[in-house]
Amino acid sequence: MREEEIKPDKKIDIRGLVCPYTFVKAKLAIEDMEIGQVLEILVDYPEAIKNIPKSMQDHGQTVLEISKKDDRNWVILVRKEKE
Amino acid sequence: MEFTDEQVQRYSRHIILPEVGGKGQKKLLASKVFLVGAGGLGCPVGYYLTAAGVGTIGIVDNDEVELSNLQRQIAHGTDRLGMPKVESAKKTFQNLNPDVNIIALRGRLTKDNILDIINDYDVVVDGSDNFPTRYLVNDACVMLKKPLVSGAILRFEGQVTTVLPGEGHCYRCLFEAPPPPGLVPSCQEAGVLGVLPGVIGALQATEVLKILLGKGQPLKNSLLIYNALSVSFRKVKVPRNPDCPICGAHPTITALQDYDQGYCQLGG
Repeated sequence: MREEEIKPDKKIDIRGLVCPYTFVKAKLAIEDMEIGQVLEILVDYPEAIKNIPKSMQDHGQTVLEISKKDDRNWVILVRKEKE
Repeated sequence: MEFTDEQVQRYSRHIILPEVGGKGQKKLLASKVFLVGAGGLGCPVGYYLTAAGVGTIGIVDNDEVELSNLQRQIAHGTDRLGMPKVESAKKTFQNLNPDVNIIALRGRLTKDNILDIINDYDVVVDGSDNFPTRYLVNDACVMLKKPLVSGAILRFEGQVTTVLPGEGHCYRCLFEAPPPPGLVPSCQEAGVLGVLPGVIGALQATEVLKILLGKGQPLKNSLLIYNALSVSFRKVKVPRNPDCPICGAHPTITALQDYDQGYCQLGG
């Protein structure tokens, strides 16, 4: 799926945060969303690029995309599948 | 409510758990738990519930901190000797987590004050050291349909049970009436391993959090018995007694009663 096809319903910018707070913030954001909605997470902590998708999948959510924005910043798209 | 940055950090290990999450943590912060006793059991229960961010914790106790308490009552300290236990516990818990509102009540529960005192709380925890209080708390919780997590310790053995009035057994289904004074020795007479209330209190705190979060299976209709020497946990079934004098179909106890205080009031 190409990036322009996915319209996030909510965006969070958690640049500057480190693990585990990257996931904690992302989880708090997704808890407040409806099933089927997509969350866009902007991160710059290298470990979080692996950890957030893994934790989201462990919690039953779907990781749609992980893409590099530039040298430091990444975008992760997650679709909420369960409460 | 929205979490502050400090709360996100403080409760991060809870928020990460699927069974708790931000929603569960907010539930805990909005919850009220009442502790009967600030002694061996009340200290660890209050400690962990404070750390967990249970928003309001009420504590009642009539005693002052004594040197012989410090072998097991971990919320107190050598610099608190002579201080009312509820004040000492409040100091310790407030220092641990300023999110929690600690309500310290110095005094004794009686048939005349207990209903008003516990009415506002979501869950009651019994960590008392005497049978009159234990039965008074059970009867009041049954009357108000309030969840009660009861714990008891002696020597190397401890017990935990969870009373959910209307759903499961109560303390009187298990032991219909208090034993006569002197039959069951107190900790003061028989001793208690200092760490034992830590084990039992941690189990009680766990039950409270499960009830508040609505997760897992509480110790309903069962009694958990821990023996430290043999390292065994036994879960004994406690069926609800249809003829229970307080929670049965035709209760014979319709008003609270204060039993004769001929029991040992010390120790705990």
